Amino acid sequence: MRQWCLLLGLLWSWPALALNVLASVPEWGALAQVIGGDKVQVYTATHGLQDPHRIEAKPSLIAQARKADLVLATGAELEIGWLPLVLREAGNSRIQPGRPGYFEAAAQVAMLEVPARLDRSQGDVHAGGNPHIQTDPRNIQQVGAALAERLCELDPANAAAYRQNWGEFNRRWQEALQRWEKRAAPLRGVPVVVQHKAFPYLEAWLGLKQVASLEPKPGVAASSAYLAEVAMRLQAQPARLVLRPAYQPEGPSRWLSEKTGLQQVVLPFTLGGTPEARDLFSLYDDTLDRLLKGLQ
Amino acid sequence: MKFRILPGLLALAFPLAAVAADNPELAQIRVQIAEMKTAYEQRIAALEARLAQAESSAATAATTASRAEQQVQQHARPRSEPLAPASAAAFNPEVSLILDGKYSNLSRDPASYRLGGFIPSGGEVAPPNRSFGLGESELAISANIDHLFRGNARFSLAPDNSIATEEAHIETLGLDHGLKLKAGRFLSGIGYLNQRHPHEWDFADAPLAYQAFFGSRLGNDGVQLKWLAPTSQFVELGLELGRGDSFPGNDRNKNGNGLSSLFAHVGGDIGISTAWQAGLSYVRTQPAGRSANDPVDNYDYRFSGDSRTWLADFVLKWAPNGNPAEQNFKLQGEYFRRSENGRLSVDDVGNAVALASDEDFRSRQSGWYAQGVWQFTRGWRVGYRHDRLDSGRIDNATVAAGTLPLLSAHAARGDALMLDWSPSEFSRVRLQFGRNDARGPGLHDNQLFLQYIMSLGAHGAHKF
Repeated sequence: MRQWCLLLGLLWSWPALALNVLASVPEWGALAQVIGGDKVQVYTATHGLQDPHRIEAKPSLIAQARKADLVLATGAELEIGWLPLVLREAGNSRIQPGRPGYFEAAAQVAMLEVPARLDRSQGDVHAGGNPHIQTDPRNIQQVGAALAERLCELDPANAAAYRQNWGEFNRRWQEALQRWEKRAAPLRGVPVVVQHKAFPYLEAWLGLKQVASLEPKPGVAASSAYLAEVAMRLQAQPARLVLRPAYQPEGPSRWLSEKTGLQQVVLPFTLGGTPEARDLFSLYDDTLDRLLKGLQ
Repeated sequence: MKFRILPGLLALAFPLAAVAADNPELAQIRVQIAEMKTAYEQRIAALEARLAQAESSAATAATTASRAEQQVQQHARPRSEPLAPASAAAFNPEVSLILDGKYSNLSRDPASYRLGGFIPSGGEVAPPNRSFGLGESELAISANIDHLFRGNARFSLAPDNSIATEEAHIETLGLDHGLKLKAGRFLSGIGYLNQRHPHEWDFADAPLAYQAFFGSRLGNDGVQLKWLAPTSQFVELGLELGRGDSFPGNDRNKNGNGLSSLFAHVGGDIGISTAWQAGLSYVRTQPAGRSANDPVDNYDYRFSGDSRTWLADFVLKWAPNGNPAEQNFKLQGEYFRRSENGRLSVDDVGNAVALASDEDFRSRQSGWYAQGVWQFTRGWRVGYRHDRLDSGRIDNATVAAGTLPLLSAHAARGDALMLDWSPSEFSRVRLQFGRNDARGPGLHDNQLFLQYIMSLGAHGAHKF
């Protein structure tokens, strides 16, 4: 009898051994893994070549949300097409918005491009601002600090480990930031064209100057007339690079590049977006490599 | 004075310590003190670590601040500032309105629509009226009620100016252990297409099998309990109990349960590009005097007995790299099988003659559809659907005598081909050609639909 009780107790406590984390995008998954170490089990809902706006509430995601102790979302409506449904279908009260098990990265940083007017005729606008905050590594730091505290709150028994991991990562990140900013000096003030408004945070960090976007409105694909208009405008106000996140199709930036001789730069955007962007550090190493190479 | 007390105290303390070595109570206190000491040391270490962290982030803050000064043009919102001014309106529910309109060109009169070989369902199965017409506009309102419940209501505004309550239900938000309870009026969780609203359909009309077996779809006033298994593989089990006042049931003015359904769905991913879901469902009800009119012969059919329907469904979605924005493919199919045992009465309303009264009636009928929809470039999709219905076996004296033309054996086929364009997630324009002989052998109906579906306001996530 006692053995059975013991076995039952073991089975019951089994899922509690590691904190189950469901991250919406690879960068938060990687951050949770760095801070959580072996105390967390991370499942990432999307990979580097997926458009995080457009995935569906797949059965596999609902099954993962059922087990999760913590859901890491970007927020600012990036996941609005699938995450609310996944959370509702999961039958798991711990990860509902407002509970400690639900964490939004965008709530930890200063948002850019918060629309003054909400109207769908303006395209795919996000009421909370542009959600692509991960293109600025300083945001990773702010999100990480808040995430470390959240992990400590959810799992006080391992709080010391989380704080230690975070302290160590933060120190290395600080060094990397100085290194990146030194390398990026030639990029300051460089005029760029973007294929999707995915890079305001990168532009703010590196001092790039966005002169045009290849989407007439966010999330609306460009017509050939609109592209021609952009090409015309670029004659008066020339740019050096055309940037596109790896998950987007090549078409519009290639067309513009052929038309105007602009250098195309594919940026990893998130972990796994390019083969070189394997972890959080190499994500920004590779981003800078590609931008600097584009300038040559 | 002081100097004299101190040695005195020391003298007192030492014998105490000597006693403590023997006294287990005091030994315990010493252990506790030692524990407290280590605990405080750990806390101090943690505080030191946090101090170091705070110092380093202060350094970051200093560099960030200096940079921020250089970039005055950057309109940064300080964190934790509310997005919108707090007001009572912020708690307004999510409201969405679906506008649906159609132009239909039909070679046969929609008023004479019936499904050959099947007892009429009385549901809204006929094609829309000819020429221009409104489809079903839908008004949906939903919101979290509190931390435990969410409420959904959906009203359909029919072209004849009538309003119907399609759905009005509450559901639990965090029952835990994978459980979820729904109560009220809702579309049953059986099959795949059943809980999807017409604006989510990939074709302008419902598959013939849904028309024949559920009068377009199965809705119920009742309760639904769903359980999600704690596994990486998606496994969902559901049970529904309800009044069962719509086809294949009817309103019986009786206490207790009128229609039960059970369903199980499994699903998962195959690699990064493919996701799938499959399910098996069972619906059982005991209609009593379920009556519906056959518009062609003007016969009234009344059935009482036992009705059981099995339903198998499968859906597979593929997108290159799991990225459906540009290209994707969806394959979907469902198989239906129903057996009804009971008694049938048929009245010829026009001539006021009873053709059959309370006769033995048994039927075994089946049907299926399969469809594929391919998005070949951003915003553009083509789709093809094939429909089959088999009137199967009917054991009844009047049917055997050939007095009921509707119920003579018929295997119907249908094909539908559609092309649609969606400039955004909120709008869609569709062209569809269809041809089927659902009315009976040789009675082909050629259909053309031109349809728009637009959504205004909040538009929640769609189910997989």
